[in-house]
Amino acid sequence: MKLEAVGLKKYFPVTGGLSLSRARGWVKAVDGVSVQVVEGETLGIVGESGSGKTTLAKLFLLLERPTAGSLFFDGKAVADFGRDDFARYRHAVQAVFQDPYSSLNPRMRVEDIVAEPLPPDSSLSRAIVAERVGEVLQLVGLRRESAALYPHEFSGGQRQRIAIARALVTYPKFIILDEPVSALDVSIRAQILNLLKHLQEKLGLAYMIISHDLAAARYLATRLAVMYAGKLVETGECDAVYAEPLHPYTEALLSAALPLHPSARRQRIVLSGEVPNPVNPPAGCRFHPRYPRALPQCRSQEPDWKEVRPGRFTACHLY
Amino acid sequence: MARAASPLLVVEDLKTYFFTRRGVIKAVDGVSFTLHTGETLALVGESGSGKSVTCLSLVRLVPEPAGRIVAGRVLLEGEDLLQKSAAEMRRVRGKRIAMVLQDPLTSLNPALTIGTQVREVVRLHQGLRGTPLRERVLEALSRLRIPAAGTRVGHYPHQFSGGMRQRVSSAIALSCAPRLLIADEPTTALDVTIQAQYLDLLKEVQASAGVAVILVTHDFGIVAAIADRVAVMYAGRIVEMGSTLQVFDDPSHPYTRALLRCLPDVGPRREQLVEIGGQPPDLAQLPRGCPFAPRCPERQPICEETYPPTVHVASDHVASCWAVPASKARA
Repeated sequence: MKLEAVGLKKYFPVTGGLSLSRARGWVKAVDGVSVQVVEGETLGIVGESGSGKTTLAKLFLLLERPTAGSLFFDGKAVADFGRDDFARYRHAVQAVFQDPYSSLNPRMRVEDIVAEPLPPDSSLSRAIVAERVGEVLQLVGLRRESAALYPHEFSGGQRQRIAIARALVTYPKFIILDEPVSALDVSIRAQILNLLKHLQEKLGLAYMIISHDLAAARYLATRLAVMYAGKLVETGECDAVYAEPLHPYTEALLSAALPLHPSARRQRIVLSGEVPNPVNPPAGCRFHPRYPRALPQCRSQEPDWKEVRPGRFTACHLY
Repeated sequence: MARAASPLLVVEDLKTYFFTRRGVIKAVDGVSFTLHTGETLALVGESGSGKSVTCLSLVRLVPEPAGRIVAGRVLLEGEDLLQKSAAEMRRVRGKRIAMVLQDPLTSLNPALTIGTQVREVVRLHQGLRGTPLRERVLEALSRLRIPAAGTRVGHYPHQFSGGMRQRVSSAIALSCAPRLLIADEPTTALDVTIQAQYLDLLKEVQASAGVAVILVTHDFGIVAAIADRVAVMYAGRIVEMGSTLQVFDDPSHPYTRALLRCLPDVGPRREQLVEIGGQPPDLAQLPRGCPFAPRCPERQPICEETYPPTVHVASDHVASCWAVPASKARA
């Protein structure tokens, strides 16, 4: 099974001023992203805030309709989906969000929260649903009896386990993890990261982990995609990208992450400036205003997406 | 590092409790440390470990009446801040001790231009007026490398990016040349590349101004990058304190060791993270002995009975753990 985006774009209109109904411009949140996730792998999507990571996740979850480009599930375009296809897609692709305090309804019991992704059309008997809920709760390391409790009776880490159980209840193939450990205490992060890894091995899941935490992404991801201002700048095997980043932005981003030892204080490439305004991104390569050694064509011409080395893709004029 | 004869700040057995309907919450329960001029001390710990309340206690901003400093001494250049009147404390805050908080969007007033907000502090503490005041404001902003400070003074916080806002609040904090800067998770709201910019700038400004910094963080990467010394906090107490190299190379408390092993690193990939089981403790119902004992892999019977004494692992490296004397007898 494969989940694939081809030339995916999502523009949001900017309205305001006198013409409230007309767009004055477009926020190019995702601007032509092609990426795929295959069964059993983990794709890490890293980038700074405003790079379009979360919008990409929402497109994959069908929570936003793409402005252009298409999404393919098992070779079939989402645009051509019938009713059954949508049901199948929603079963196969699930999500875990960042904040387990806001992603769980405080007025629902855990059993109802976890069972919510299941079809509402009572094709499943209550006994089967209860059995399935108990099973996934045990999978994530909670007791079956937790089903009768409310979210406030759990700690942050346990809540994130409930959110993971909810994602597992439909026997998914793909889980989109949007900053799954950012809201958790440091001592709890390892518990959740290990649980995710364990579940992946046990159930053969594919993950797409979206994170600004480069260490967490590195721990889970087998492949890495780096986003900048709505575009992919580089993809490749995770270890290879960390060992030898090709794009200058990837290099700077990875060097800005702080290693866990004082003697590993290494030469940081400190970028000047900030992520560009997505309404009016710079011409040419979007990274050129922050790159001191930009070539003339970086300023005028958008670089092509190309395979520089086997399995290593980047959009950069240096290659 | 060259040490001045007397430390800038001495904190002795500080205790700050919150009296609530659920019982007494011992947020800070006997914290002691010293800090020298120009030094950076990192307070690390999880949420609820007492790092932020420790900092608020130093400037006497613990939310009252629920919260109260019940014991201890806070000596800034020899004067006990806990004995000062409210009016005297107002002259200490902002002038001798300044703070930078996590989220600059909430610490800056959205309805005032940043020029007004810097000016207020400089006028109050330095009594400047007119041109010297204006010059000092521009100087404070330029020192934190805010481009085009001359026009930016007329802008409002929402017109700045997150990284720039944090520079503005740091400019306010450093505008009166404080002796001590307390930075409470200053980069948590920032992106990694902006965090790198900010930390470099902080270090540079600190070196040129000779200010001591207490940096509160939960991120060991930041500690490794800029701290001279580290104090690891758990359940309201410092469980281990030493120079950054000592603590990273020779972590002596099981909690420190566990924390350092459970984090994913950007350096070499870790195949398996070693989890810390259980949850951080409920501060209203602390166990009798060591609060980390229920989660500790090296637990002994005595750990559940009595809180361990603080022992020296090396000179200037202390830990509070019953297991330490046995394993570190060589020291």
